[in-house]
Amino acid sequence: MSHGLLVSADNIDFMIHGLFSYELFGQTVWITTSHVCILIVMLSLILFAIAANRKLAHATDVPDNFQNVIELMVEFLDSIVKGAMGGSAKRFSNYISTIFLFIFFSNISGLFGLRPPTADYGTTFALGVITFCLIHFNQFKYQSLKEIWVDMCSPLPPWLPIWFPINLISEIAVPISLSLRLFANVLSGTVMMALVYGLLSAIAYVWPSVLHIYFDLFSGGIQTYVFTMLTMTYIKNVIGDRDEVPAEAK
Amino acid sequence: MNITGEDLILACSAIGAGLAVIAGIGPGIGQGIAAGHAAAAVGRNPGAQGQIMSTMLLGQAVAETTGLYGLLVAMLLLFVKPLVG
Repeated sequence: MSHGLLVSADNIDFMIHGLFSYELFGQTVWITTSHVCILIVMLSLILFAIAANRKLAHATDVPDNFQNVIELMVEFLDSIVKGAMGGSAKRFSNYISTIFLFIFFSNISGLFGLRPPTADYGTTFALGVITFCLIHFNQFKYQSLKEIWVDMCSPLPPWLPIWFPINLISEIAVPISLSLRLFANVLSGTVMMALVYGLLSAIAYVWPSVLHIYFDLFSGGIQTYVFTMLTMTYIKNVIGDRDEVPAEAK
Repeated sequence: MNITGEDLILACSAIGAGLAVIAGIGPGIGQGIAAGHAAAAVGRNPGAQGQIMSTMLLGQAVAETTGLYGLLVAMLLLFVKPLVG
């Protein structure tokens, strides 16, 4: 790679860098760029939340700009949770909205010069594990042990648990595939942008913004939607209709 | 020209990475089929466009996973170099 536009192949950089290390129980643990980027995303979200809270404390009947934005966001998030979860939307809308905002701002943080925290498998795997715990907490909350056993042995009858190990593997695969999907999508965008800026740095002016729109905004938005949607679908699957308010109680 | 064992492994890793991203064919076909059927569904029932869109995106994202696994294998071979001792 020593000719033409490809001269600067050395400055391709999309890796995670360690910033400083410390010893913990005999292991060397690194504080990396991902941690810093997560902290920046979290701080900006917290600041936004505080500002929104202040604003809504003095909410007016005729909303001004900022209040309009907040109401739009909350209504949008509430409507997707309501559409996917029905009866238990109220209990989950806080958590789902939180991870939606977190993943979305993480994905688009590439626009602000950060390395997206979701392009680190540690971040997305943590999110996948939270989903996994939520699924099984709700499964044990809403279903009896017998129902779970029958479900795990399906499609064969419950006295013949040949399919049990296979179903067990498919349960364990849920958080892994969820987190790998988000991770690989964001990572591929990060790598593509790094390649564009690294290899074509001589002519990479203005037009990469089109790629930013696709890789950061579009792809990031779609993946955020997919992650939250799949989380809600999995949880709704184990809850079923058991959360609907009975007809006589209405 | 002397080719060391490490050079050979790196070259084979590059070929392997190229072969791994062939996995992208499957999701490409699958997502195309999903998008085509979604377009047909919107044509038949334009009122349900929002719901069809979200169902299509969800299905496409799930179908995409296998292609992304191929991409991950290629990335690991190229940048993490697990085979070079």
